[in-house]
Amino acid sequence: MKKDWPLWEVFVRARRGLSHQHVGSLHAADSPMALGNARDLYTRRQEGVSIWVVRAADIVASSPQEKDAFFDPAADKIYRHPTFYEVPEGVEHL
Amino acid sequence: MSDRDTYALRLGDDALVLSQRLSWWSSRAPELEEDLALTNIALDQLGQARALLSSAGDEDELAFLRGDREFLNLLIVEQPNGDFATTIARQLLFSVFQLRRYEALVGHPDDVIGGVAGKAVKEVAYHRDHAVKWTLRLGDGTEESHRRMQAAVDGLWPYTHEMLAHDPFEAQVGIDPAELREDWEEFVGGTLADATLTTPEPGDWRPAGGRQGLHSEGLGHMLAEMQSLHRAHPGATW
Repeated sequence: MKKDWPLWEVFVRARRGLSHQHVGSLHAADSPMALGNARDLYTRRQEGVSIWVVRAADIVASSPQEKDAFFDPAADKIYRHPTFYEVPEGVEHL
Repeated sequence: MSDRDTYALRLGDDALVLSQRLSWWSSRAPELEEDLALTNIALDQLGQARALLSSAGDEDELAFLRGDREFLNLLIVEQPNGDFATTIARQLLFSVFQLRRYEALVGHPDDVIGGVAGKAVKEVAYHRDHAVKWTLRLGDGTEESHRRMQAAVDGLWPYTHEMLAHDPFEAQVGIDPAELREDWEEFVGGTLADATLTTPEPGDWRPAGGRQGLHSEGLGHMLAEMQSLHRAHPGATW
């Protein structure tokens, strides 16, 4: 039996219409405990209306070593950005 | 003291003493996360206690200057924390009762009692949920956790008789605890069964007297610690 409780990542949705945001992590033995602990640790001041918890071990992350191959090729492809439109005068909310 | 104030003190002392007991776990629970959970529960109880005590007099005088013979709480809430299982068992047995009691007091004609009950129902529902989950985990966990959880329930069971006994005074000013017994037995019995624990048989030893100020030894020690600062520095603030 492993002595330490596994690590969980916590995502909280602050209010309807927003998406869940990563807020931190915690230790818990099982998923109900992770939800309960998340409620106690991260929503004490009415921060949220919904909580997700995910085992940290289940998250597949991009590797820092592959950063260049992953992200740099996008740097010189300016045509992917919508910067070639002329903005008509008087448009406020663009 | 009016009947209404006496009743508010009974409800308030239950919450205050339990709050003080639970706050001991700060920095001592099995994990940091559990520290937070137990002290959150303690804070909820303290909030209920403050509202109720303030409605019956000066909250500081009532909390810090009464002797143990003047406290009106039930014996079960003052029982020592013991091991973690004992604290969870105390939480289970009392919070199921406290939730039912607050539910019955929602809409009480007294503004404070009815108001505290209305707010506390949501808080205590969470306390009960917390206790139920831990009871299941420990009861249906390892051999050692099962043994400790069963011992904790057995040890605290005698104090549930006082908690659920017929009380003519409370029946008149609020809710008769005996009316909550059936519901309590069903919920607690069901939870213990789910946790592979045995519901104890009612025994002959049924300690009582908390409502009359007759407490177990531990309360005096607890109050000495809780009250020492205020007694040494009256009116001290942060």
